[in-house]
Amino acid sequence: MPTTRRQFLSLAGGITTAGVMPVVTLRPIEATPAMLNTAIRNVVGEAPIRTGKVKLDIPPLVENGNTVPMTVSVASPMTATDYVKSIHVFNEKNPQPNIGNFYLTPSSGRAQVATRIRLADTQKVVAIARLSDDTFWQIAADVVVTLAACTEEMN
Amino acid sequence: MSVWRAIAAAALFAAAPALLAGEIPPDARRSGYSFMGPDTRAMQDDDTSNPGMLFVLEGEALWAKKTGSAEKACADCHGDARSSMKGVAARYPAFDKALGRPITLDQRINLCRANHQQAAPLPYEGRDLLALSAFVAHQSRGVAITAGDDPQVKPFVEQGRELFMQREGQLNLACTNCHDDNFDKRLAGAPITQGQPTGYPLYRLEWQTLGSLERRLRSCMSGVRAQAYDYGSPELVALELYLMSRARGLSMETPAVRP
Amino acid sequence: MPALINVPPKARRGEVIEIRTLTSHIMETGFRHTADGKLVPRDIITSFSCRYNGAEIFRADLFPAIAANPYLSFFTVAKESGKFEFEWIGDNGYSSTASASIIVE
Repeated sequence: MPTTRRQFLSLAGGITTAGVMPVVTLRPIEATPAMLNTAIRNVVGEAPIRTGKVKLDIPPLVENGNTVPMTVSVASPMTATDYVKSIHVFNEKNPQPNIGNFYLTPSSGRAQVATRIRLADTQKVVAIARLSDDTFWQIAADVVVTLAACTEEMN
Repeated sequence: MSVWRAIAAAALFAAAPALLAGEIPPDARRSGYSFMGPDTRAMQDDDTSNPGMLFVLEGEALWAKKTGSAEKACADCHGDARSSMKGVAARYPAFDKALGRPITLDQRINLCRANHQQAAPLPYEGRDLLALSAFVAHQSRGVAITAGDDPQVKPFVEQGRELFMQREGQLNLACTNCHDDNFDKRLAGAPITQGQPTGYPLYRLEWQTLGSLERRLRSCMSGVRAQAYDYGSPELVALELYLMSRARGLSMETPAVRP
Repeated sequence: MPALINVPPKARRGEVIEIRTLTSHIMETGFRHTADGKLVPRDIITSFSCRYNGAEIFRADLFPAIAANPYLSFFTVAKESGKFEFEWIGDNGYSSTASASIIVE
């Protein structure tokens, strides 16, 4: 039985097998609302952002913040003259405000994208759609994220 | 009338396998799947969006790959895993005559490598061993668990049961305290399950990768601030054997997805 | 690295179909530390694209906030029989491709 923490750590390091890196998760640097706004402005510029048209399907309480299923959809006829050019998703409290940018075409048929994201803490997720007429539409959703009950130690 | 009822009841109880004290009765056993939310269940249900299936695919490739100084692939002896491996994982850990004790599926794979492929053992929890065991266990998906039925493993099942019942760690908790006595309640927001290992190796969202039952058990032990047993140790094998026998009758789900 | 692709094998001309992709990748955020305090460097897929008979129909920029083993689902109009080609590009020169065929009648 290792008696000192150093011995425990070296023992744990010895047990670690190839490809399994001992990693501890420290509390990440929190993004600020200012970073979120800057990230949004980087995409949108000075244009006004309207509310509507965009739907964000994300569980209000997630089972695990490491993998959160998310679907963004935009009400649009998706014709050659009226379609969604791109969808941009942001978050409020991860170390970094961007989540993903998705670029569609008139032949996309439906303006809907689904993926799985990471959320570091309970926070707001914002989705902004750019239409073919270069107007921007947004929606925000609040998501509650809890940490796993038992912190995973180095394995 | 009541005499006949009593005899019928006695016959019913006599016919069912004897329950060890504190064990969840067969009709009340529930896989961890039933404790998850709909989104996580959806992730498991669809083979083309289940991240565990990526590892099954890797395992399928390894199955056919020649290895070791014998230059043999698993397929050379075992042929098509879909038929030869069906039901195998559902009865593991199983008794190995040569060693005189039960071994896990991972250990069986490494023994095959040593004895028949003349290949070095794959490290525990390494990607290749996880992929191979995921591929093999996946062939038992839908098959009811029968591990622990073999009379030769009875003393080891009992050893596993004692470990399950034994308090440990700074938090002084035994597996049974949560998983027999408090399932359906919550621990810090997460549902406490019965701890039925129906889907291993599984994709755990917390790990963001596939992992074995031994990894999960070691995490639980660290969680109660106990020194976790080493991978492949007799204690973990006994625990795994007991857990599988405790899950008798439930269907395999490999590769499962769990939070 | 394997990928799981879900494209309907057959579709009617003009039908809107869903394409689902799942690929193996650790998506290391670049914000984690090892037990001795060293930063684990970022290693993620940064972009994904899908071509339909050579024409790009969907593209995505991915950031560390995308979960490991990235899953992406999107839609397109089935125009003609042919091939979908998928490409994932990432840090450290990562590049991976996959493809799927479709019959459009």
